[in-house]
Amino acid sequence: MSEAMLTAFLLAMFASMIPLLLAALGESVGEQAGVLNVGLEGVLLVGGYAAFAATLASGSFWLGFLSGALAGAALQSVLMVLSVWANANQIVVGIGMTLAGAGASSMLYDWSFAGSRPRLGLPDTWVVFPLSEIPVIGPVLFARPGMFTLTFALAAATAVWLSRTAPGLRLRAAGQRPAALDAAGGNVIRIRSFAVLFGGAMAGLGGAYLALVSAGTFTPGMTHGLGFLAIVVAMLSRGRVWWTVGISLVYGLFIAAGTALQLTSVTVPNDVITMAPFVAVMIVLVSSRGGSALPPALATSYVRGAR
Amino acid sequence: MRDPAPTLRVRGVTKRFGAVVANDDVSFEAWPGEVHCLLGENGAGKSTLISMLAGLRLPDHGTLEIDGESRELASPAVSLAQGIGIVYQHSALIPTMTVIDNLVLAQAGFWLDNAKARGHLAELNDLLGTEIDPRALVGELGLGQQQQLEIARAMWAAPKLLVLDEPTSMLSRQGIEDLMLSIRRLTAHGVAVLLVTHKLDEAIALGDRVTVLREGRVVRRFRADELKRDGEDHGAALILDAMFGGAEMRPRMPTAEHRPESRGIDGAVLDALVIEGVSTARGSEGTPLEQVSLHLRRGEILGVAGIDGHGQRHLAEVIAGQRAPTEGSILFEGRDITAANVRARQRLGIRYVTDDRLREGVVGSFTVALNLLLKRIGERPFWRFGRMDRSKVLAHAEQLIEQYGIRASSPDVSAGTLSGGNIQKILIARELTDDPNVVVFNKPSYGLDVRTARLVHEQILRVADSGGSVLLISTDLDELVGLANRTVVLARGRIVARIENDGDRVRERLGEAIVGSASR
Amino acid sequence: MTGRGPSGTNPTHPGRRPAAVLPEGPTGAARSLERLADVLLRTVAPLLLALASGGLIVFALGADPFAFYSDVLRLGTSGSGSQQTLTAMAPLLLVALGLIVAFRAQLWNLGYGGSYLLSAAVVAGSAPDAFAVLPYPIALLALFVAAVAIGALLGLVPALLKAYKGTNEVITSLMMSFIAMGIANLLIRGVFKDPGVSVPQTRVLDLGLMLPYLPGTRVHIGVLLALGVMIVAHFVLTKSAFGLKIDVIGANPAAATHAGIDVKRMILVVFTLSSALIALAALVDMLGLWGYSRAEWNPGYGDKILPFVFLARLSPLGAIPLVGLYSVLATGGTIAAQRAGLSVDLLSVIVALVLFFMVAIEFLGTRVNLGRSYLGRGRFGRRARGGAE
Repeated sequence: MSEAMLTAFLLAMFASMIPLLLAALGESVGEQAGVLNVGLEGVLLVGGYAAFAATLASGSFWLGFLSGALAGAALQSVLMVLSVWANANQIVVGIGMTLAGAGASSMLYDWSFAGSRPRLGLPDTWVVFPLSEIPVIGPVLFARPGMFTLTFALAAATAVWLSRTAPGLRLRAAGQRPAALDAAGGNVIRIRSFAVLFGGAMAGLGGAYLALVSAGTFTPGMTHGLGFLAIVVAMLSRGRVWWTVGISLVYGLFIAAGTALQLTSVTVPNDVITMAPFVAVMIVLVSSRGGSALPPALATSYVRGAR
Repeated sequence: MRDPAPTLRVRGVTKRFGAVVANDDVSFEAWPGEVHCLLGENGAGKSTLISMLAGLRLPDHGTLEIDGESRELASPAVSLAQGIGIVYQHSALIPTMTVIDNLVLAQAGFWLDNAKARGHLAELNDLLGTEIDPRALVGELGLGQQQQLEIARAMWAAPKLLVLDEPTSMLSRQGIEDLMLSIRRLTAHGVAVLLVTHKLDEAIALGDRVTVLREGRVVRRFRADELKRDGEDHGAALILDAMFGGAEMRPRMPTAEHRPESRGIDGAVLDALVIEGVSTARGSEGTPLEQVSLHLRRGEILGVAGIDGHGQRHLAEVIAGQRAPTEGSILFEGRDITAANVRARQRLGIRYVTDDRLREGVVGSFTVALNLLLKRIGERPFWRFGRMDRSKVLAHAEQLIEQYGIRASSPDVSAGTLSGGNIQKILIARELTDDPNVVVFNKPSYGLDVRTARLVHEQILRVADSGGSVLLISTDLDELVGLANRTVVLARGRIVARIENDGDRVRERLGEAIVGSASR
Repeated sequence: MTGRGPSGTNPTHPGRRPAAVLPEGPTGAARSLERLADVLLRTVAPLLLALASGGLIVFALGADPFAFYSDVLRLGTSGSGSQQTLTAMAPLLLVALGLIVAFRAQLWNLGYGGSYLLSAAVVAGSAPDAFAVLPYPIALLALFVAAVAIGALLGLVPALLKAYKGTNEVITSLMMSFIAMGIANLLIRGVFKDPGVSVPQTRVLDLGLMLPYLPGTRVHIGVLLALGVMIVAHFVLTKSAFGLKIDVIGANPAAATHAGIDVKRMILVVFTLSSALIALAALVDMLGLWGYSRAEWNPGYGDKILPFVFLARLSPLGAIPLVGLYSVLATGGTIAAQRAGLSVDLLSVIVALVLFFMVAIEFLGTRVNLGRSYLGRGRFGRRARGGAE
């Protein structure tokens, strides 16, 4: 394999990995706090559209990412109001969010860009000289858009937050046994609300990365189940952030390998590649011990005094 | 020497829920260095009062004063900040987290400082006279240790007032003694303790002051010297008068004519139920059984004693057919029924009154009538060709409501709206109709008021008197001594002792067997 | 609509309490009036609010909402539009029923997309050969068996995992759905591909071999079949012991085990039945309306009908008019949106709004009368549990 091919391979890997990682991190935080969001697919799409439109309008990728995060948090605020505040069933609301997010992003895209179908240029990169001059690794790791580096910083911050800080402990308590947190003076509703909004912002960023960096454009339905995959990644990693990073990396590797194979004489149908992550997840679920992966209070609403 | 103001003064507190007055003009004080006992049966308004002290609810009228200052305890955080520590009746611990994580949950600050927290726990261990391991997973601690941890948790922020809500309901005798010692150590340090209980002996043994609640009102106040002056029996009589009013309303354990030894059991008859070497698989909940063998004779009440969570649930479920044993066999009147399912055993007259009344016993959103037939869905005569016969179902329900005194305005009421005692009556009515042969009662009087508990005990005796057999699983030694012919002691899923109810220090022997097995 | 048992109370909906619960409940006419108002508020109000919000969106995007909705109504109900609406109802009714069966047992079968598409691919792909080789009724039977078997198998995997390992069915059914969609695409691009055209799609079934029309219309008999199945299912679910057992499992699985109901077996039965009904929808749709299937095609029936299923409080009879309403919206809305220069995805947004408003109104109702809910409180896999046994 030539150096150029290897570079392209690694770039493709990260292009698939980063959106999944961002979304899965956000979902992880929500799940640890006891909120399951099955509407992640819709949040990714809304984030992607908002980021794309804002970048096109302003010319700034950073404004684009900000818009993506805000749009994601805005859509998740529906989940916050209906499920965290009003105790509505989280799955039902999540399905509505998938519909709303996919529908709204597609509708708005048709309305604004259906005729023009614009594409974005390349975002500015953060070049870390002289590391960026290392062959292969340099351009892949140290001359990437700022959001690339920021993603790993966010992952590290989330890991520290969840495992080393008092707010992180309280957040996990909200997913394990909200009544105990309440008795200890913690505010279950506030913590869960924050977790949901954070999850929305992260998924929005994931969608934004997919549109702005990985694809360079937004197309309706471009996530193709990535949001659902992120839910599963979050469940499999059980709040351990480094697992989330690792599983996302494996996914990226897999997708990049699939793309690379198509350049060789080996023909693997595209459908097999898109299906494979889901098959892999099924195999993991079938062979693992069931049930133990989830926080006990996941997807249950907290009503004080109702035991 | 006494401070000018009590640590806690409850002044004229009233709390209503709709038409129900849970607390009606309640006033009392808790002083530093004293144990104040709040005594009353279930439904007397104790829990409501605690929820207001915890900051979970606000009073409609009246004030709560801390150190002489009126405070609005608007949230648990405010309550904690005001120096109130609470040990709830139901565990407030997170079993999936470590001891330290549970303790620092209420702590302010940003970074988790485990070293500092361990130091603080060491101090509390000294204060309480306990040895709690900071690294242990809470779910893996024994119940006694969990209870000590609950107190350590409540004492974490060095509160001025410690509230204990029915702290002994889950404890062994040894655990109760340890708890009493811990309480004494705390009062010696000037902490005010509010002990909420429905047990007379605890109130008399520990209370510097005793306040008796009945139907939401304070009916009597005692000082310790009043209660102890003429002996504990006299003190108990005074309190009973206050709790229940007239003598005819008093609770009563089974009387002499019901004593098991006077009922005489024909040893020659067949065993109704034989369990041979039964073990169960380790599951998500409960301790599994290891090589348990029992035989239950006709007309016999066999007690199963032990600290809660030592395999009682698996034993009950194995007999009911809800859980398959991994080895061993179960024989009913000589027939092997190990493979029979719940339905088949139900038809043979094997019944199970579960202790998990709300989560397993009833479907709260279903009507009382349907709950009374929950185990017979699809059976004749209530269903014909898959269709329900409404009039038969209703008639059946009305008859049982009448017979068992279930307080429901009609058979159409959802079971979830009834009180715990009435739900227990539904379960008993359901299990005892249609020829019960072997009935497993799991903690049948747990959490019930004394009057309902007495009704339950009468039903248990009725089963045995009419030739049925009862397996009575209980953590209440008085209940076992009063009802059972023999009692086995279960510890860690094994039977560790078998004690005949021969009138010779039975309670003490049972207590020793339980404590001995637990400390081993 | 929800008459059941001795109580007239539907156990899945504790909100429908009989007046006897209330301290001094109204009686007779007042009671039925109250119930009517209740149904109106909780079913009609979310619809109206969602349509009104949809109108605001149409307006915000620069089109005339009144013209849009009058187009929807006209195109969806008059002349050929009404026939299209009825035709669209056939698969939607069966998908709705598939969801109802599972949701009543509180089993979250979210694999509807895959069940539909894989069955559709197999039916569309093999129908031309089947009809060519076998006599018509036998071919029809064979296709029916194939579709139902595929659906049942797809449902069986999450059901087995749920019953025997406690694995969360939301995730497993979703994963199975994506896998099934992948297989469907593979088949359509592979063995079932029509060699005559460049786009990946199956051969188009001859019009004469498709399900016959009702006399004098262009509505195929699948609609009648679907309606019949709905009505039968309604009585099975709300009146029979089997339906009651499903409700017990939905309301309290622990109580179901305690009561001697074989919960594991019921999970298998309910889940496979649910998936099979959705596969049946695909059969009816392929043989009645489309005649072929295409790779990457997804009508998204399940997602869009799901809010209406909840709006009907999981009652099959109650779902029929709501499915009809959605069909009008879908049939008329598709063309109306094009005329207004808007994307069809506007409909997805309106449907999502129906769901959000329903949930919000449910919450307001709960505030007024505690205990009301369209679903049991937060039941999902294992329940939050205390520490001690």
